[in-house]
Amino acid sequence: MHKNSAIKSFFIEIGELSYFANRFFKEVFSRPFEFKELLRQCYSIGNRSILLVGVTGFIVGLVLTLQTRPTLQEFGAESWMPSMVSISIIREIGPVIIALTFAGRIASGIGAELGSMRVTEQIDAMEVSGTNPFKFLVVTRILATTIMLPILVIFGDAVALFGSYIIENSKGDVSFVLYFNKVFKTLEFSDIIPATIKTYFFGFAIGLVGCFKGYNCKKGTVGVGLAANSAVVYSSMLLFILDFVAVFVTDIFFEI
Amino acid sequence: MNQTQNIKENLQEIESKKLMLEIVDLKKSFGDNHVLNGFNLKLFQGENLVIMGKSGSGKSVMIKCLVGLMQPDSGSIKVMGKDITKLNRMELDDIRTEIGFLFQGNALYDSMTVRENLEFPLRRHKKKFGNIKDTTPLVTEALGSVGLAHTINLMPSELSGGMQKRIALARALILKPKIILYDEPTSGLDPITSKEIIELMRRVQKQYKTSSLIITHDVDCARVVSERMILLVDGTNYVEGTFPELELSKDEQVKAFFK
Ligand SMILES: Nc1ncnc2c1ncn2[C@@H]1O[C@H](COP(=O)(O)OP(=O)(O)OP(=O)(O)O)[C@@H](O)[C@H]1O
Ligand SMILES: [Mg+2]
Repeated sequence: MHKNSAIKSFFIEIGELSYFANRFFKEVFSRPFEFKELLRQCYSIGNRSILLVGVTGFIVGLVLTLQTRPTLQEFGAESWMPSMVSISIIREIGPVIIALTFAGRIASGIGAELGSMRVTEQIDAMEVSGTNPFKFLVVTRILATTIMLPILVIFGDAVALFGSYIIENSKGDVSFVLYFNKVFKTLEFSDIIPATIKTYFFGFAIGLVGCFKGYNCKKGTVGVGLAANSAVVYSSMLLFILDFVAVFVTDIFFEI
Repeated sequence: MNQTQNIKENLQEIESKKLMLEIVDLKKSFGDNHVLNGFNLKLFQGENLVIMGKSGSGKSVMIKCLVGLMQPDSGSIKVMGKDITKLNRMELDDIRTEIGFLFQGNALYDSMTVRENLEFPLRRHKKKFGNIKDTTPLVTEALGSVGLAHTINLMPSELSGGMQKRIALARALILKPKIILYDEPTSGLDPITSKEIIELMRRVQKQYKTSSLIITHDVDCARVVSERMILLVDGTNYVEGTFPELELSKDEQVKAFFK
């Protein structure tokens, strides 16, 4: 009985989320476009997460290199380090880890912000002030996360590779030019393109879930906390599902 | 004899005026919670109508239906002759420029300054004033009329509750609406600040010549501002009349409000 209702509410939630996504696609192409607000959101989202993404990327680069090095050394294959690290960062670790940090920062922020606007009737106030709050608040934020995450991932990947280079340089005396020469020789479009495409989906999912939770926030301050919290949990979960699908699809088309 | 004649003349005078708001047989439920069961209301031009009702009796729901923030289950709602339940988004936005809405919790945008809060409706409802380049005169005028011109660059969180209420009122006034809806303008304020807000409402009334619908359970507020009152009980009009009439009523339910 109890289990049943949990499953039921799960599917209701999925249904509502699809409805919300559907509404996004309907409203994103209809006038008026809120360009100014979109730019403001892009700036604010980038500004709020760039430091975090940089630090995360750097540490990932360092740690990944430190951890992989001994294994490769055993086989006498240290010279493969740049290729190996760059492929795993660009294809998988960079997008996923950076998207997860981004979700922690931005999905919860959007959930809390829209949630408190809902609870304090600011969304209603916009509505009576001749503004479609769905367009003004939701569409702009989802677009902003979809645009910004891929940019942040590219930036984060670059920082991660730089972190990896620092370790390599200190241990194996590899020059900057040589290191990145090896990196770019290894990387192919089939590594970069699918990885970049999937970050658009990640960004969309994070914006969508954050907005969905905040916009439909239940009354009270408890509701706001819950909205922020579940925005992070659900968007992270969705990220992994999307990642699985992306890898699956890439496998079919590019035969990795 | 003389008095009843006076009242009759008054009524005739009011009836002859334009009908600003008309609600007929409004019904709204949330699941099994039947909040409004056939509520009726008429607001005439230049009139101050007070709605009183217990907490949770559906006053905010009613006022939200009036501006199209909620869809009623049945009944008609006419704002200046137009049935707002049948309008499309653009027509609804046009009507909304004529309605100022003071939210129960102020609903100031907390990520914007006072100036941006007031500019928001101005910039958004482009039709009414056109594409204004310089909003400063209108903003300072509205702020001046609530006596808070000096707060223009502050954030709402830096203001006291009473000041926030006044800013919210200024925002409701900035489009120079013909109708103002007040949802509990004095709730959560101390008696002195309440008096100030009530004074302000009366001044605004004179200055902008608006018609007002005031929701309250503050008896002092009702005494001062009301010309006519409706008591909302169990989702429908329980009694209607002037403040003195209702204050002297023998009905237990009515008496309970005036304690
Ligand atoms: N969005 C909603 N969903 C479900 N129920 C609601 C919703 N909004 C209001 N209600 C219910 O409608 C009833 C009336 O609420 P409303 O806010 O109109 O009361 P009120 O008369 O304004 O009270 P107060 O004086 O406390 O502001 C309450 O029982 C409330 O639970
Ligand atoms: Mg209320």
